[in-house]
Amino acid sequence: MMVKIQGNEKESGLIETFSITGGDFHHAGQVSTQIKEILKELGIDPNIVRRAAIVAYEAEMNVVMYAQRGIFMLKVTPQQIKFFVQDEGQGIPDIELAMQEGYSTATPEMREMGFGAGMGLPNIKKNSDIFEISSEVGKGTCLNITIFLDQGKKQ
Amino acid sequence: MNLKEIIDRLNLKVFTSRASLDGTVTGGYTSDLLSDVMANAREGNLWITLQIHPNIVAVGKLKDLAGIVLVNGRQPEEETRQKAEEENLPLLGTEENSFVISGKLYFLLKEKEK
Repeated sequence: MMVKIQGNEKESGLIETFSITGGDFHHAGQVSTQIKEILKELGIDPNIVRRAAIVAYEAEMNVVMYAQRGIFMLKVTPQQIKFFVQDEGQGIPDIELAMQEGYSTATPEMREMGFGAGMGLPNIKKNSDIFEISSEVGKGTCLNITIFLDQGKKQ
Repeated sequence: MNLKEIIDRLNLKVFTSRASLDGTVTGGYTSDLLSDVMANAREGNLWITLQIHPNIVAVGKLKDLAGIVLVNGRQPEEETRQKAEEENLPLLGTEENSFVISGKLYFLLKEKEK
């Protein structure tokens, strides 16, 4: 199940928080689809929306596949899009290995569905301007992602 | 090239009844790995795949694809079809395998370019 639990627009920008349920392939992709719609409605450059959609989808699917639950926070300011994704789940024992393209711990069932290409985290990193990941085995994983709206002013 | 024309020329089956077929097809992408499609398909592409579960609709929508072609005579799961209707994403089908239908689409799009 996916529920939007908070939404408000402040001077500082827009903040939306979504919750994601692990193992719920039925609703998987809904959070990223909504995020994409929000970004489109805000009139953000289509190329940036496309990158953000890839990042949001892969981050959402990681929670669905490897965690019990997670929260997905979107923050948009005039300068940047920020995603904060925190899950309660199995965590990643070796982040460096998990970042390698082609490496995956997906189950055979997930692979049959076309997941587990070992491209999720690399896709996220490739499409982010700032990518931070931290994880604790048995506790969960946390992603902090920034995409700058003005690509000319990339820091 | 117009999606409707491609459907006619390649004799594709249309599983969705309400999704608009007026879109323009910019190219194609053939893959059964969702992250690969997320990374490499382009806006307006027709996605050729054997995956039939509902998650393909989210990928198609997120990537602004022109539609999804299911190969080898595969039928979409009912939930996939419904989601595609809701999201206005054409869900198509062919009896051909991925190799053959990709080749046909490739030559059709090339021919049109000339």
